[in-house]
Amino acid sequence: MPRVVVDVMLKPEILDPQGQAVANALPRLGVNDVASVRIGRRIEIDFTGEPDLDRAREIADKLLANPVIEDFTVRLVETDEAAEARS
Amino acid sequence: MTARVGVVTFPGSLDDGDAARAVRIAGAEPVRLWHGEAELHGVDAVVLPGGFSYGDYLRCGAIARFAPVMEKIIDAAGAGLPVLGICNGFQILCEAHLLPGALTRNQHLHFRNRDQILRIETTGTAWTNTFQPGQEVLIPVKNGEGCYVADPATLDELEAQGRVVARYVGGNPNGSQRDIAAITNQAGNVVGIMPHPEHAVEALTGPSLDGLGFFTSVLKHLVGTPA
Repeated sequence: MPRVVVDVMLKPEILDPQGQAVANALPRLGVNDVASVRIGRRIEIDFTGEPDLDRAREIADKLLANPVIEDFTVRLVETDEAAEARS
Repeated sequence: MTARVGVVTFPGSLDDGDAARAVRIAGAEPVRLWHGEAELHGVDAVVLPGGFSYGDYLRCGAIARFAPVMEKIIDAAGAGLPVLGICNGFQILCEAHLLPGALTRNQHLHFRNRDQILRIETTGTAWTNTFQPGQEVLIPVKNGEGCYVADPATLDELEAQGRVVARYVGGNPNGSQRDIAAITNQAGNVVGIMPHPEHAVEALTGPSLDGLGFFTSVLKHLVGTPA
């Protein structure tokens, strides 16, 4: 059964101090060619039946993301089991 | 009759005990409310205390907003019930859309715990009517996610309508936009504040007694409100 993946990211205009902290640590790894890092959240949802993207969007809008500061995208991905079952 | 002020306990609330104590010192009867119970027990006002409701999972306040008691509080707040959200309570009020904007990670990423001077900008709310406009008060601040953000139009509207309740003075502890420490809704009955007035009500434990004013304000407000 495909899985619904919701990606939640801070809106571009909202400062991401976590991402900045990570970006600032990169030179210590010898990485000097990264302009910016932004950190978000990936949520995987498995429905009991057929995946329902509209329902997932509603969940994301009401709970998973705060539309004041965050944007989200909803997509279907194949789970490993589904891919294996077909091969 | 003594006013009855509800104090909600969520799983992970920390300051519910201090909030109830502040209510009592102000001269009201604290009524403990449980997150899982959709019942306000006829209280005259509600305090949402500080802490880490539901472990701050997902976002601070995001899950508490859906607690059974919150459904009642959201309805009652719309009908004029005075509600004060302190710290995590402020975050819950924003998540519940009772207040605009959001509270995000402190810009410097550090948890800040210190005594903080605030300037009271609006005394026209249920929770600040015993202060003088422009009065400076000393109240502890302690948060990791207290950076208030909203889009510029919302910030302008808050300012234009006199809904910025308090601002940080002498250094902004978390990067909040326009030094905002507390805001109110249009009706002035719902106030969210990041610092902790309930920790400044006794000389033994607080840096001042300035916090008491928030709790005596709601009593004054209730006396003036026809039942």
